[in-house]
Amino acid sequence: MSDTGHEPRHAAPTPPLLAVRAVTLRFGGLTSLNDVNLTVERGAIQAVIGPNGAGKTSLFNCLTGVYTPQLGSIEFTSDGVTTQLVTGTERRRRSKKPHMVSRIGVARTFQNIRLFAALSAFDNVKIAAETRHRTGPVGAMLHLPNAQANDRATDERTEDLLDFVGLEGVADELASSLSYGVQRRLEIARALATDPQLLLLDEPAAGTNPTEKRELEQLIRRINAERDITVLLIEHDMRLVMSIADRVTVLNFGKVIAHGRPAQVQQDPVVVEAYLGSADETEAEGGEEADRGD
Amino acid sequence: MCLSQHFWQFLIPGITLGCLYALIAIGYTLVYGVLQLINFAHSEVFMTGGFAGLFLVQALVTTGVTPHGTESVLYVVLGICCGAIFGGIVAFLLERVAYRPLRRRNAPRLIYLITAIGASLFLFNLAGKLFGRDKVNVPELYTNGVVFTVFGAQVRVQQIIIVCTALGMMLMLDAVVNRTKLGAGIRAVAQDSQTASLMGVNINRVISQTFVIGGLLGGAAGFLFGTYLNVHYQMGFLPGIKAFAAAVLGGIGNIRGAMIGGLLLGIVESLSQSCMSSQWIDVVAFVVLILVLMFRPTGILGQRLGRAA
Amino acid sequence: MSQVGGLPVRVKRSRKVDPRLVRLFGWLVLGALLRLMTVTTEGTATDHTLVLDAAFKSTALIWWLLGAVAVWALTELWRARKVGSLVSDRTAGARKQWRTVSDRKLTRQLAVLALVLAALIIPNLMSEFYQRVLVDQVAVFVLLAVGLNVVVGWSGLLDLGYIAFFAIGAYTTAYFTGSLPVTPGFRLNPFVILPIAVIVCLIAGLLLGAPTLRLRGDYLAIVTLGFHEIVQLFLVNKNNWTGGNQGVSKPIPHFSINIFGIHYQWTLDSMPYWYLFMGMLAIVVFLFARLEHSKVGRSWTAIREDEVAAAASGVPTVKYKLMAFSIGASTSGLAGVLYGSRLGYINPASFPVVLSITVLSYVIFGGMGAIIGVIAGAALLTFLPAVFQEQNLVRQEDIPMWIGAILVVMMLFRPQGLIPSRRRRRELRLAQQGIADADAMSEAPEGRQ
Repeated sequence: MSDTGHEPRHAAPTPPLLAVRAVTLRFGGLTSLNDVNLTVERGAIQAVIGPNGAGKTSLFNCLTGVYTPQLGSIEFTSDGVTTQLVTGTERRRRSKKPHMVSRIGVARTFQNIRLFAALSAFDNVKIAAETRHRTGPVGAMLHLPNAQANDRATDERTEDLLDFVGLEGVADELASSLSYGVQRRLEIARALATDPQLLLLDEPAAGTNPTEKRELEQLIRRINAERDITVLLIEHDMRLVMSIADRVTVLNFGKVIAHGRPAQVQQDPVVVEAYLGSADETEAEGGEEADRGD
Repeated sequence: MCLSQHFWQFLIPGITLGCLYALIAIGYTLVYGVLQLINFAHSEVFMTGGFAGLFLVQALVTTGVTPHGTESVLYVVLGICCGAIFGGIVAFLLERVAYRPLRRRNAPRLIYLITAIGASLFLFNLAGKLFGRDKVNVPELYTNGVVFTVFGAQVRVQQIIIVCTALGMMLMLDAVVNRTKLGAGIRAVAQDSQTASLMGVNINRVISQTFVIGGLLGGAAGFLFGTYLNVHYQMGFLPGIKAFAAAVLGGIGNIRGAMIGGLLLGIVESLSQSCMSSQWIDVVAFVVLILVLMFRPTGILGQRLGRAA
Repeated sequence: MSQVGGLPVRVKRSRKVDPRLVRLFGWLVLGALLRLMTVTTEGTATDHTLVLDAAFKSTALIWWLLGAVAVWALTELWRARKVGSLVSDRTAGARKQWRTVSDRKLTRQLAVLALVLAALIIPNLMSEFYQRVLVDQVAVFVLLAVGLNVVVGWSGLLDLGYIAFFAIGAYTTAYFTGSLPVTPGFRLNPFVILPIAVIVCLIAGLLLGAPTLRLRGDYLAIVTLGFHEIVQLFLVNKNNWTGGNQGVSKPIPHFSINIFGIHYQWTLDSMPYWYLFMGMLAIVVFLFARLEHSKVGRSWTAIREDEVAAAASGVPTVKYKLMAFSIGASTSGLAGVLYGSRLGYINPASFPVVLSITVLSYVIFGGMGAIIGVIAGAALLTFLPAVFQEQNLVRQEDIPMWIGAILVVMMLFRPQGLIPSRRRRRELRLAQQGIADADAMSEAPEGRQ
């Protein structure tokens, strides 16, 4: 593994926001993640790249508690509090459930967009936003003043978020009737609604056209700069990655094969050999294959 | 300990009943394998077999006279075949009329379940209307003498017939599933129906055949159960649930699992009779089901007929 | 022999049967089946062909078959668009109008008002017999259906053991009014028992739900069915506690209120019970409607639409499922108290497992997810059979058979139910197009990479 990154400028000894150590994930005979080490510093925008099947989404699933890795640990540190997302002995491992992980401050989007299709855009975001307050069934049934206040506040937050991602016009549209690019932004708004400190984006630019990609790039920058949210994204679009990522981690066959600044990783021979292309990915890949005489 | 007494005396009936559960459980597991659906109405397929075999036997046997020798054998075989055939027919119709239209429409899973429940409700009440709501005993087809004793427990003709028939059918099924083209088709559809159809497998035909096979086994079990206990319009309800629990115990979707699960459940249920009053026996199957689902949801044999865990 | 690419090829003529004939056959079978179902004879164990003979060896069969042919002819014409397009074009405009009108809030509010007035006035105009039907059947099952709607319709949990809580509520009432072999040493009147039964059933719901609600839909169904079966076994076998098959030794006293200077005693009279039930129903519906449009209701919808995404968005799915389950259970228990004091004599046979399935079918038939639909469905399916039974058109034992048939037919032709919620209609339409899964029944593992 080659690590050619420099230390962050403010070299304070604060623990990273997210620390993944020696995580191994196996499914029967298949090893999806193999001794993966990864750290994400607070305030960074970090990308995870790698060929298909490298284990990137599996990594996200481990981070959010969908899968439990057999080995390793995942630590999330914020406000000085470190939470172990995976605990237990070697035989009985437990990971924090997805909704707990969300509460701790990690939000995610999905590779194949999982919105609540039959609900409006507004409701999609509102559902996530209201997980933050404590109205229960009694409050709801009796319209207690507390509940009503919570509801109003949530409505405001939801409107804010929709404005933030640029969807104020489509708030009442059904999620399923929105265009692809808009759906992606809606999913991001929903993830932001849980007030996260770490946002995991799983291929946010997949299937979007160049205009949408540029808007997405701006949105991610704003999320990071204006809302002080750390971003970890999986992406195949190299141009986007090179443009916004501070650090890039490369996975291949479940192992981390490189980590560092985008420019360095791009030139790392190990990575190049694995798969990396330039701005026009497919062309480069085709060229590489031809060169290797496969 | 409650188990030490009369162990073998409870074991023998346990094995017998277990074989019946296994036959029924195979029907559940097969359908689950190809459609990921619990065929609630399978219990009515079982019941149909019971009634069909009953009627045939009633027509053949002169009242009051117990046949013997070749007559006995003939009647038993005919009863089983009749039960199996009608079970297969009902299963086939069920698939064609109730499930296939839903498949065509990509119906959400809940709709399938409701249809299955509705079909079940309809069928057993129709049977009750047509054939009365009393329990009926199947006429004696042979003298149920003791064949041999094992550690003080008697083994009778009836139990031997049931166990041998069940084992025979399960062996045949195993051969069909693992060595014929039909079986390969079933396994392919269970694993990945889209790819299977791209490879030229006729999905609709395979699914139909799967239902029919399950129906044959379930119907035969129905007749055998009828000879063992009685025939009744609600006879499918409890055995159906227990057989489903057995299928889950063995690993839903796994045919061998259904066989093992059925046997195991039958034995456990029977042995429990030595520990608790017989009124509570039905609870055993549910307890087993809940325990399996909570602690080892993939069942004893674990892997499914096709899908990876 | 044809030629394909220069090579001679034998073309096999497909020997398929004309689909129209297949459909005719289908209609004829249906006609015969309906004839069989409507004949009022009941079979006996000794004569297998009794009902079959009664059904088919009579001229009535001919009429049914002719009717089937007529329906076939009409549907064929419809298909051929000779009649169909004309009718559907003319009605398309009307149907669209209806949809916009019926979706409007004012219309709904007026409809609710009309219903409330009807519910208050009309029963007074009915005969004694029908008033009894209204209270013993319609009112109880409408209340039950509204409760089950929360579990099945809003949260997508297939509960096949719902009536077990109904039984628990009724037997709790029996216990606290001293009607069971075991008594608590004091007597309460049913009104006071209402909150107790609600809490008991709430706890029972939590106990059953905690280990089982994480299971997949189909498994949950079987497990809840098993729970009902176990409760039944308990009621039947624990004679010294529950009175066994006999049930209560002396009747549960009628409802009465004795607080804040209000004294009222219910008696055998049906109408006061009707108002009592309607009052309860109104309170429950009011609270549930608020619940539906609150955070809780939205969370339920999210869980039903996409459980994985809901969890990722911070919704504690198991907690909400438990909530739905317990709310449903306590509503069932509430109905049990009212039912127990109304009926007086209860025994295990009052709460058969088939009843759970029947109430489920009311919810599905009416339009799961929509309170109004569920009320309408339950009311229709309890009232109409009683009418038919009174007119000797159908025998009581055959009613479950019809319910089963209606369920299957509904699922085939109108799975969204009679009066579905808008959301439900959308969900089913989307599911048909392959988008999303309208019910949280299937495991949807996140991408396997």
